[in-house]
Amino acid sequence: MSFPITLTVNGTARSIVLEDARVTLLDLLRERLDLTGAKKGCDRGQCGACTILIDGVRVNSCLALAVSHDGAAITTIEGLAQNEALHPVQAAFLEHDGFQCGFCTPGQILSAVGLIQEGQTGGDPERVREGMSGNLCRCGAYAGITQAVLMAHAQMTGPDVLPGRQIAEDAA
Amino acid sequence: MPERQRHGASIGQPLTRRDGPDKVTGAARYSADFKPEGLAHAVMAVSSIARGRVTHRDIAAAQAHPGVIAVMTPENAPALAKSPDQKDNPFTFRLDLLQNDGVRYANQPIAVVIAETLEAATEGAALLAPRYEAEPVSVTLGAGEIFSPDTIGAGSATDEGSGDLAAGLAAAETRIAATYDTAAQYHNALEPHSCVAEWDGDRLTLHTPTQALWIAKGRIADLFGIPPENIQVVCHYLGGGFGSKGFIAAPQILGIMAAKMVGRPVKLVTRREQMFGPVGHRAATRQTLRLGASRNGTLTALDHHTLTLTSRHDDFVEPSGILSRHLYAAGAIATTHAVSRADIGTPIFMRAPGEASGSVAVESALDELALELDLDPLEIRLRNYAEVEPITHRPFSSKALRECYAQGAARFGWAARPRQPRQMRDADGLLVGWGLGTATYPAGMMQGEARATIRADGTALIETAAQDMGQGAWTVLAQIGADGLGLPIAQVELRIGDSNLPNGGLAGGSTGTATGGTAVHNAAQAAIAELADLAVNDPASPLYGAGNAGVTARDGRLARNDDPARSEAFSEILGRAGKASVEAKGQGAGDPASRKAYAMHAHGAVYAEVKVDPDLGQIRVTRLVGAFAAGRIVNPHLVRSQYYGGMIWGVSLALHEHAVLDPRSGRVMNGNLAEYHIPVNADVPAMEAILVEEHDPHVNPLGIKGVGEIGITGTAGAIANAVWHATGVRVRDIPITLDKLLG
Repeated sequence: MSFPITLTVNGTARSIVLEDARVTLLDLLRERLDLTGAKKGCDRGQCGACTILIDGVRVNSCLALAVSHDGAAITTIEGLAQNEALHPVQAAFLEHDGFQCGFCTPGQILSAVGLIQEGQTGGDPERVREGMSGNLCRCGAYAGITQAVLMAHAQMTGPDVLPGRQIAEDAA
Repeated sequence: MPERQRHGASIGQPLTRRDGPDKVTGAARYSADFKPEGLAHAVMAVSSIARGRVTHRDIAAAQAHPGVIAVMTPENAPALAKSPDQKDNPFTFRLDLLQNDGVRYANQPIAVVIAETLEAATEGAALLAPRYEAEPVSVTLGAGEIFSPDTIGAGSATDEGSGDLAAGLAAAETRIAATYDTAAQYHNALEPHSCVAEWDGDRLTLHTPTQALWIAKGRIADLFGIPPENIQVVCHYLGGGFGSKGFIAAPQILGIMAAKMVGRPVKLVTRREQMFGPVGHRAATRQTLRLGASRNGTLTALDHHTLTLTSRHDDFVEPSGILSRHLYAAGAIATTHAVSRADIGTPIFMRAPGEASGSVAVESALDELALELDLDPLEIRLRNYAEVEPITHRPFSSKALRECYAQGAARFGWAARPRQPRQMRDADGLLVGWGLGTATYPAGMMQGEARATIRADGTALIETAAQDMGQGAWTVLAQIGADGLGLPIAQVELRIGDSNLPNGGLAGGSTGTATGGTAVHNAAQAAIAELADLAVNDPASPLYGAGNAGVTARDGRLARNDDPARSEAFSEILGRAGKASVEAKGQGAGDPASRKAYAMHAHGAVYAEVKVDPDLGQIRVTRLVGAFAAGRIVNPHLVRSQYYGGMIWGVSLALHEHAVLDPRSGRVMNGNLAEYHIPVNADVPAMEAILVEEHDPHVNPLGIKGVGEIGITGTAGAIANAVWHATGVRVRDIPITLDKLLG
C-alpha cells in the first residue's frame, strides 16, 4: 500500500509517495529527502533535536507521522538562510556561541524562530528560558542560547528590549 | 598588558567558531547523516534482563517482516579475529558483540536486525520477542564482596596518602566524619552512538562519533584482523561525547559486523533507551570523609574513602579520591578506594571522572567542618591552601587559585554572607543560600602528532586526527597553527576528524587542546624552519646568511631578526626554490622532566546562590560565578563556553542526574530523557565565568591547561553548600532533591 502526500519543504512543493505508513516526518526528511539538519536525539519527543516548523509552528518531527501532514508547509534548518545571508537567529547563535557540539543546534534555532513568532516572551530572559526548555543541550550552551534568542528577538521585532551582555569580560 | 600583545595575532582572540556556519545552517554532517549508495538500516535488540541468557528469539517472525534483510545473532554473526573479551591493556574494555547467548547487564545487545528501511528494521527487532533464563541480580552499591581494585580511573594508584592519619585525627581539636552518596549517571550526549559502515573487501570506511580516531581504528583493526591502514574512520562533527565516545562501544562495532554480514553499507543508530547500558556511565559512589582540624581550622587529617561499583565482567573504578591528593594541605592524608561487582554495564570515564563525584563530597565535608569551627567557608579553604602539592611536595607549575577565590568572591559579593544558615530571604519569601566550592582538574597531556604544510601560494595546511566534540578544536587549533606559522588565520586551512591524518590523540581528559595544540605549534615551527632553511641558504634571498634562528615568521613573511626590514614572503621563497610546498611534522606530548618536577593542575573557585521554597522544598540555582585559572587561554569566547558547560554539569550533578536501577530486575527505571533529568534552559541561572590570568612556563610550550572538565568540580559542592546555607539542612545524598529537604 502506498500513501501519496504533498509537502512544501522550505518553499518547494514536493510530491512524495510513501510506501510505509510508519514513517515519521523526521525520518522522511532525514532518510528520504536528504535533509539531515533535523536530528534524532531520542525519537520520542523528549529532547527537541528534531524540531521543525510545520505551518510556522514548532513541532517535534519525531512524533509527527508524515502521512498525517499531507499539504503542510515545512521549514527545516536548511531552509532558514536566504541565499548566503544567515537568518537573524542563526547569526545570533553564532555570535553568542549558542552551541558547542552543534547536534541540538538546528532544533534550538527552529524552536527559537517559532518562539519569537509566537510573540509570548518579549525580551524577558526568564520567559525565553522557559520557552526554550523543550530543547535539551547536553554541552550546556544555554547561556549563549538565551542571549542569542534575545538578540534575534530584538532584531526581528524591533528595539523594545535590547539584551545586555551578561557575560563578564576578562578579569585580567 | 592587552590580550593582543601578550598572545599572538590569533591566540588569545575571542574568535567565533570556524565550524559555526556549518552548525547553524544544518550543513554539518554528523555520523548518522551519511548515506552511501545501497545503505541498509540496522536496529539493535537489547536485553530486558540484567543477568542470565537468551533462550529464544523469534527469528522467523523478524525475518518474515517485509523489508528485513537479515537477523544477526550469535549463531550467524561474522566471526571476529579476536575475542572482544580479551583484555590486552586496561583501556581495552570488553564489548558485547553477539559472541554467545549470555546476558550480563540490562540493555545489552542480543541481536541486530538489518532491513531496507529503518521502519522495517525497528519492527523486525521488536518481533524478536526474546525469552530468557534469568538469574538473580545485584546492582546495589555496597552489596556483594567488596575488594580493593588494582588501580582506579586511568591506572592511578588505588590508595595513596602521606603522614600518620591516626595521629592527625588524634591531634585534631575538631573532627567531622560524614558519608556522601552520589548517583549513577549516564553521559547522554545528544548524539546517540551511531555508525555508517561500508566495507570494500577488507577495507572499511566508517562514519562514527569517536573522541579518539586512532584508538578507534586500532581497536577495530584488532577485532576484525585487518591492518589499521585499511580503516578510515571519519568524524568531522561529534555530537557530544563526555567520555562515552572515548573508546568505541559495542553498538558501533555491531554496525560494522552487520555491514560485513549483508555485504552492503549499514547504518546503525543506538536508540536513546539503549544508551543506558552498553556505552558506559559514571558509577554511583559512597564516600566517607573524616576531617580533623586544629582550632584555627588547619587540617591535621584528611581521610577520603570511596566505595563504588564496577561491572561483573570488567574493571573501571571511579577515582573519586584522587582530587584529595592534590587539593588541600593537611597534616596527614589518606585516599582509598574499594569496589564491588554488579550486574551493570561497565562504567567508564565521564566528564571529570573522579573529580566530579569526589569534589562534591570534599567540598561538602569542608563546609561541615567550617560550621563546627565557626569559620567562613572561604577562610577555611585559605587556611588549608596547598602551596605545594600535598602528598608529593612538588611545586605547582602554576597556581592562581588565590586570585580565583578573591576575584570570584568580589564579583559574587561573598563578604556579605551571614555565617549561619536560614538567614536570607528574597522578596517572595524564598530562602536564599550562598555556597562555595574549589574547582580543580589535572593539566594532563596525551601524545599527538600534526603536520604543517606551507604552500607556494602563501597559504598553509594543518592536519591532525584531532576531534572537535564542541570544545572548539576546529577554531583553536587553527589559531595556534596561524600563530606558529606567522599567518593570518584566514590563510590557514585545518583538517581534523579523519583517521588518515596524523594521530591527534584524544579529545578527553581535558588534554585535547594542550596535546593537539602543542603538536600543531611544533609542526608549524618545524615547517617554518624548513622554509627558513631554503631562504637563508639562497644567495638571492634578502635573508641569505641570517641563520635559522635569525628569522621570524609574521604575516606570511620571514624577516631577519637583526633587520626586520629585510624580509621575504613565503610564496617568494618557495617560488624561487621551485617548490610547491614545504611540510613538517610536530609532536605533542608532555615533557617528562617537567612533569616529574612539577604538579600540574588547573584551579578555580565557584560561588553559587540558590533559592529554596520553604514550604515545597523546590530548589533553584539563581546565580553562579566561577573564577578559573587554566594557563594560557587560546580563545576566551570558547573557553567561557567550556566553563559554562562544566558549571551546568555541576548543577546537574548537584540537583538533577540520577539513574534509578530496579534492585530486583537490574533495569534502569528512568532510561529516557524525560525521566533521567538533565538541566533544561530554565534550570540554568545567570552565570559568569571569570578568566583569571595565569602563566605557566612548565606545562607545555604554549602554557595551555585544559578547560573542558574543571567547571563541574567546585560547582556541585558550591550548590550543595548553598542549599545547606539556605535551609540549614545538610543533604549528603546527591542529587539533592526536594524530597530530601522535606523528609
